[in-house]
Amino acid sequence: MLQVKVLGSGCSNCQRLERETRAALEAGQVAYQLTKVTDYADIAAYGVMQTPALVINEMVVSSGRIPKADQIVTWARERE
Amino acid sequence: MSTHVQFLPKINTDRRAFVLVGALAVLWIGLYNSLQAIADWLTYDLLRFGVDDALGESLNFFVYDVPKILLLLTGMIFLISLLQTFIDTQKVRAVVEKRGEGVGNLMASLFGALTPFCSCSSVPLFIGFVEAGIPLGITFSFLITSPIMNEVALVLLLGMFGWQVALMYLVSGIVIGVVAGILLGRMKLERYVEPFVFNVKANRAAAGFEVEKPTWIERFAESAEKTREIVSKVWLFVIIGIGIGAAIHGFVPEDALVNIMGEDAWWSVPLSVLLGIPLYSNAAGVIPIVSALLGKGAALGTALAFMMSVVALSLPELIILRRVLKPQLLAILVAVIGVSILLTGYLFNMVM
Repeated sequence: MLQVKVLGSGCSNCQRLERETRAALEAGQVAYQLTKVTDYADIAAYGVMQTPALVINEMVVSSGRIPKADQIVTWARERE
Repeated sequence: MSTHVQFLPKINTDRRAFVLVGALAVLWIGLYNSLQAIADWLTYDLLRFGVDDALGESLNFFVYDVPKILLLLTGMIFLISLLQTFIDTQKVRAVVEKRGEGVGNLMASLFGALTPFCSCSSVPLFIGFVEAGIPLGITFSFLITSPIMNEVALVLLLGMFGWQVALMYLVSGIVIGVVAGILLGRMKLERYVEPFVFNVKANRAAAGFEVEKPTWIERFAESAEKTREIVSKVWLFVIIGIGIGAAIHGFVPEDALVNIMGEDAWWSVPLSVLLGIPLYSNAAGVIPIVSALLGKGAALGTALAFMMSVVALSLPELIILRRVLKPQLLAILVAVIGVSILLTGYLFNMVM
């Protein structure tokens, strides 16, 4: 199962990234488990300086923006 | 995910995006340049106001300024957002890391001017800078300039006061960040930073980075979304502000404010700074009013100090910063920013 993490302190964009990631992965029929990382120290441990960030299988794939749905599915399929 | 979109090659969609953005830009310029003519036609031809009628003058000011400022906001925020999609924080940090006091402060401050201040990036950036071993003073230069420089305020200043004042605001914000950062850096304030910040060790080996560069179409889409978000948040304040400004423009006599907000009233600068602190969310509405007041004898330095205090010092910002800074350091930061803004106000009152 794909381990997906949404990094962000809970701002509106972080919630949007979580929603859109779930929607994209479900539409693309990718099996995943999503964790939200909200603690600043934990976020910084990923080396991320701009949230929201998306982490797939411990790899940071986007930071500071909300990627398009088909992009998220492509990244997920590459790492499945 | 619709499959037919994928049949189009990437270059083709990028080109289409350029054509669309280009066409919108041409439309924007045409509209922007005909605003005064439309406003004149509306007030003096259609509604038949006399040229020296106070109500007509207020109305003309309003129907010219509202579309002008909203157009400027939309266009400029789009451009600024587009510029921001090119900023690579990792690279900026790598460059700042190599610089010492002075140049490092200037670079951090410039970076702060380009980055919007929000819980999404300011705190993670602060931690990322400290974690990379960048001195606290340089990190503060970023942290001070970032909230002072507000893109909406910058665009409104450009539209209502002209580019000279907008540039003055930009330069002052950067100078304040550099000077205050150097000052704070020498005060050895590390003990007032929350200890967890120093314990963070980014484990870059385990959590790799495979962040791809966005395509042009993604940059455009992202900027358009950001513009929509910002403009939808401030447009009402802008219209109300311009409405009040228009009333002042038409009905308040010239030089009515010389005694209260003129440059000879020394106490007006600190008073403006204090008044500005609670007005944060209304920055968009405050600037048009200040612009009208300026035409009635208020001093430019006083107005500038007021606007900086409106955008820079506010409760939401302090709550965000409290996550990484202890109350003592927050107090020092507020004091340093407050004094810097005061001095800027006096300086411009003296020079202009």
